[in-house]
Amino acid sequence: MWTRECPGFFKKGCALHELSLTQNIVDLATEHADREDAKKILSITLEIGALSGVVAEAVEFAFDVCSKGTLAEGADLRIRHIIGKGRCLDCHKEAAIKTLTHVCPHCGSLSLETVQGQEMKFTEMEID
Amino acid sequence: MCTECGCSSTGHSHNLEHESRTIRVEEDLLAKNNRLAVGNRQLFAAKQLLVLNLVSSPGSGKTSILERTLTDLQGKLKFSVLEGDQQTTNDADRIAATGVPVKQINTGAGCHLDAHMVGHGVESFDLVETDILMIENVGNLVCPASFDLGEDHKVAVLSITEGEDKPLKYPLMFQAADLMLINKIDLLPHINFDLEQCKAFARQINPQIEIMELSCHSGAGMQQWYDWLVQGANRKRH
Repeated sequence: MWTRECPGFFKKGCALHELSLTQNIVDLATEHADREDAKKILSITLEIGALSGVVAEAVEFAFDVCSKGTLAEGADLRIRHIIGKGRCLDCHKEAAIKTLTHVCPHCGSLSLETVQGQEMKFTEMEID
Repeated sequence: MCTECGCSSTGHSHNLEHESRTIRVEEDLLAKNNRLAVGNRQLFAAKQLLVLNLVSSPGSGKTSILERTLTDLQGKLKFSVLEGDQQTTNDADRIAATGVPVKQINTGAGCHLDAHMVGHGVESFDLVETDILMIENVGNLVCPASFDLGEDHKVAVLSITEGEDKPLKYPLMFQAADLMLINKIDLLPHINFDLEQCKAFARQINPQIEIMELSCHSGAGMQQWYDWLVQGANRKRH
């Protein structure tokens, strides 16, 4: 797990896709805040699915870096975690899944289609 | 009438404290990239281009497959190639030697190509004169999975020296791909690699994935890939 203590985890050198994503979050937030004539962004709420490939901790760290000097600086970043859900292509039942390599608990099939858990969404923000 | 206090004069200020408000955004975190990818896709459709995004670990043979493909299909299909790497123009130099138009994109610290880089990357190509645009992504089985470039298909290359369980270890990529090329099959007699198990793992992640086995070194299996390219390019020409 990447944390701020890891060497190389800083703005210029960070090569993680979470950095690009977080830059998008800050851009989106400041665009919306400007449109609403906000003075400050108080909080930002995201939904991140367990199967999205996004590491929430990396977003949290990158957010501090990307938001510096913007209306989003100091905003409370709230991340709602969405659990994974799959539908079996053989028995058509749904099952909770933690990874994309799950086996259907109902019939043992390996063919599960992901129906939930790949979300990475900016849902809402509080502004002042 | 003043709308804030209801008194009859209008030329005064209240300096009221703003109340915090919540606004709904409901946008995908990749919205910005996705919007640019839609723009790319519209451009590519207008030019009737087949666009492939080649993804794999470093060293799987993406560039070698391209070199052989471009040479073997010379005169049959017109290609343009975008090469993504963190540094160097080595790959673009290899492609340029085949005579095909190529542009190198160096991502620096970046671990993937995004739709913005691709949009600018193709500016120098004559897309009307191109049948297939090949985008060779940065060698990385993680990050490029999330970034739509406006391509028709992601093509995942897996070489047998990497081990058969790569689809399980990097499932997002194999889920995002429509075609998997298993490369370096000329080495099968020398390497402990379970081909059938590898295909089963890939289909476990992505039941719809198409799979081809080939070797760009010996040429085995390449014809199937070429047929797939010709058919794909023909479909684009309506």
